[in-house]
Amino acid sequence: MNAKRRINLGSWLLSGLTVIAAGIWFFPIYWALITSIRTDDEAVRAGFDLIPDAPTLGGYTYVILNSNILRWYLNSTITAVSITVLVVFMAACAGYAISQLRFPGRTLLWWTILASFMVPIQALIVNHYVIIAGVGLLNTYPGIVLPMLIAPVTVIVYKQFFDGLPKEFREAAVMDGASEFQLLFRVFIPMNWGVTAALSIITFIGAWNTFFWPFLAVSVEPMMTVTVGITQVQDAFGVAYARVMAGAVMAGLPVALAYLFFQRRVTQAIALSAGIKG
Amino acid sequence: MLKSRRTEYLVAAILIAPFVAVYGWMFLYPSLQMIQFSFTNAPLIGAGEWVGFDNYVRLFNDKIFIGAIWNTAYFVLLTVIPGTIAALAIALMVSRLKGWMQSLILSAFFLPYVLPITVVYLIWQWMLDVQFGILQQVIEPIVGQTVNVWRRLPWFMPTVALLTIWWTNGFSILLFLAGLRNIPREIYEAAELDGATRIQIFFRITWPLIWPITVLCLTIQLILQLKIIDQVYLFAQGGRTQATMTLVQFIFEQAFVKNSGGYASTAAVALFVIVIVFSVFQYQVLRIRVAQ
Repeated sequence: MNAKRRINLGSWLLSGLTVIAAGIWFFPIYWALITSIRTDDEAVRAGFDLIPDAPTLGGYTYVILNSNILRWYLNSTITAVSITVLVVFMAACAGYAISQLRFPGRTLLWWTILASFMVPIQALIVNHYVIIAGVGLLNTYPGIVLPMLIAPVTVIVYKQFFDGLPKEFREAAVMDGASEFQLLFRVFIPMNWGVTAALSIITFIGAWNTFFWPFLAVSVEPMMTVTVGITQVQDAFGVAYARVMAGAVMAGLPVALAYLFFQRRVTQAIALSAGIKG
Repeated sequence: MLKSRRTEYLVAAILIAPFVAVYGWMFLYPSLQMIQFSFTNAPLIGAGEWVGFDNYVRLFNDKIFIGAIWNTAYFVLLTVIPGTIAALAIALMVSRLKGWMQSLILSAFFLPYVLPITVVYLIWQWMLDVQFGILQQVIEPIVGQTVNVWRRLPWFMPTVALLTIWWTNGFSILLFLAGLRNIPREIYEAAELDGATRIQIFFRITWPLIWPITVLCLTIQLILQLKIIDQVYLFAQGGRTQATMTLVQFIFEQAFVKNSGGYASTAAVALFVIVIVFSVFQYQVLRIRVAQ
């Protein structure tokens, strides 16, 4: 009885510690949120004040009215959605071909994809810049999108999933006279909607968040993505932290919401990309 | 039969065409161009002359490049092992919880991972602002004064490492949680019946069973952090970037600040080789896991 109570107490203590640790971990985000709805004067007031006196959206309206942030949002949305659709589509097609069809060069292609998984894309920034500049695509959407379409992991995941489907599906469909395209888009992809959803969400988050390539590829403010643009807001506004935090919150909101709505899919995608099937 | 085989080739060609085209244009071609550039004195945009191995000789004698290697190694040291230990500790704590409580706490730990680096940068710049930052209220009593952490060399890397752990740890936490869930409950129940203490259970059961995941997290983090640039670039901008320069940043500076595309490509080849060596190591680790 006594021992059991001691275990219970220890268990409560550990749970309490966990909650405190989570609170500390989350605090920077909370602090950014709370700063963003303060007035600039209140934001820099000394002390440790967890609740704003008079919440205001002034920081947000200021950023919206005095920067290109809405345009940046549009740019980010267009590029991130394009990247997601293209990456997932190309990977599903390639994954299907490698998994289900026999053609010359199949093994070579597969090994090249596996090998490129190891290559640091960051090492290619210089040559991406040279190539994109060479075809005159700097400061354009295709220029931002193209180098970010390299996603070998997505192909690998699709191939593995398609490998795992029973052969009977394919044989039955082929008997019925289905073409390969029908098979892929009517049978294989619908049967793996979960994987497609998971890969799409994680690709979207990754595309929205990428900083360095869009930063290099774009030098004119109206073409910036929001991830790059908010660092410009900061330079323009000086130490007006309520405004800077309002910009930061707006830039992070779509991906944070994508995660909170599709938590299970994000978790699944991470497990998949690390090679743990889940 | 012959006809159907030909159809299969055609269908396969159509299906792989978009991927192969993009892949060739944006991956194979720049990779080969990088190697070719590394033997020239080309500027960022424009042709250069063949200089043989001059760039490589210069690179290995370049104090800034050697410094960049050390800075990157220092950063890896500060993030990889401490981050993995923190992730394991958090995963152990979170795995004890149940239901909505677990989802809520996990979200708090995971949320930073999905944020863009620039948002992370702005948040931490605000938290550590030398005049108004909330964390200066913690630093001041300990150090005796407020500290401009982004401009004081001994503070820079550890601070960037700390917020990198904060930012990227969600990934490792999820992997550890998946691993912990795969440990059958019966093992724990049996151990408890035998009167094992919490500490014994951890070191005799959990730790050995979670070890493969630990190796996986360590290698993934290692390769990720070797490629560090965003945070270091953002926090150091406007200051003395040279003292805290990392490998990818060196490539960036040579190409875009010093306008030497050839020399930058040489450094990129070096990064290529370093990362591939570690990746092959990671691949071996993964293969052992798959084989199990």
